[in-house]
Amino acid sequence: MNYHLNYNFIWKYFDRLAWGLVLSLELAAIGIAIGCVIGLVLALVSHGARRPVRFVVGAYVEFIRNVPLLLLVYLVFYGIPSVGGFAYDATTSFTMTLAIYAGAYLVEVFRAGLDAIPRGLIDAGCAIGLTPWQRVLYVRLPTMFRIVLPSLGNAFISLFKDTSLATVLAVPELMYGANWIYTNTFRIVEVWTVVAPMYLVTGFVLLFGLRRLEYRFAVRRR
Amino acid sequence: MSVMLNSLPFLWQGLLVTLHVSVLVVVIALGCGVLLGVGLSFGPRWIAWPVRIYSDIIRGLPLLVLIFSIYYMLPLTGWNVSNFWAAVIALAAFETAHVIEVTRGAVQSIPPGQHEAGKAIGLTFAQRMLYVVFPQALRRFLPPWINTVVATVQGSALVSLVGIVDLMLSIQQVIGRTFRPMPMYILGALIYFVINYALSLTSRTLEARFAYVRE
Repeated sequence: MNYHLNYNFIWKYFDRLAWGLVLSLELAAIGIAIGCVIGLVLALVSHGARRPVRFVVGAYVEFIRNVPLLLLVYLVFYGIPSVGGFAYDATTSFTMTLAIYAGAYLVEVFRAGLDAIPRGLIDAGCAIGLTPWQRVLYVRLPTMFRIVLPSLGNAFISLFKDTSLATVLAVPELMYGANWIYTNTFRIVEVWTVVAPMYLVTGFVLLFGLRRLEYRFAVRRR
Repeated sequence: MSVMLNSLPFLWQGLLVTLHVSVLVVVIALGCGVLLGVGLSFGPRWIAWPVRIYSDIIRGLPLLVLIFSIYYMLPLTGWNVSNFWAAVIALAAFETAHVIEVTRGAVQSIPPGQHEAGKAIGLTFAQRMLYVVFPQALRRFLPPWINTVVATVQGSALVSLVGIVDLMLSIQQVIGRTFRPMPMYILGALIYFVINYALSLTSRTLEARFAYVRE
């Protein structure tokens, strides 16, 4: 094997990777924030709703979950503006795609969370005279968040990994930085031996952070 | 509409490539994943630890990183591998890690009493696996395994990025000629949806069928 490792170029352009990582995390964070709103609203709406509502929500969930994310990314960035007659920049488009994608997964997560709330808690809310809205706000949502926190954390980590797809729209996230350095220096081994650990370490740091958070908010049984 | 109809034969070729990649990956990942998963669950430390490390690293990386790094780095080892096989290897490595976890979950759900009973009647390890553990673990294995198959079909769209003309890239190529993105993307989404939804439904049906079995 005639290949001499030379990391100079990687350190020279490391700011591209570092800022790329920051942008990846931002994309994932905004994606999951909007996704949470979508998922929460749809889960609350479809929970115990009539058939047509549940069908529409179900169709959205099934469609998004069964189509490759790459296709959705292209569809939102190239497809929708071509018929809508408007355009948005790649970062906005990708964030929206990610949010819609996350939303479809989180609907299911939140729905399972709502189902897992003990019936007695809601009855207790009724008993002390809370209005239906108060029951949602003070009883169901806080309880549900504790239940779904692990799934939410996993969804965030997997979204963070999915941000690598933004490179196809030339959004300057970590993957794009890696490809940029590669195409300009041809230092392929060096690039991947730096970028892969960056994804891995960030993923594990997020994982341990989230596990701590879960432990703090865990529902403890006495 | 006519754009969609005219492109169908071309998309069909792409779909065949997507299915070809998916089937290869699913078969390779099933073989390797079950073997390594059993190694992880019952093997000695020198087998279990490397498998655990492999699985955690691969599952911690984005699939795209894996595809690009294997696609670019395999030729450096002097092995002149085509882009098709580079992509298949990358996807298979990724799916293997997921099948390992599915296998681990399934075989570890079998109570130790079953292993002990197998030992007591003098079955070898291979026999215990084949006649005692696997038949019982199957119902825990199938539904999540089909989900990894769905993930494989979806992941196979990424091989278009290393220049394999699968369904995804043939859609892109048709758009490159017709400049009508929306109908083509919708058509492509529908094709992927039909394949994956059928698989998801199978997974759910199996799960519901197996749910009655009490521990």
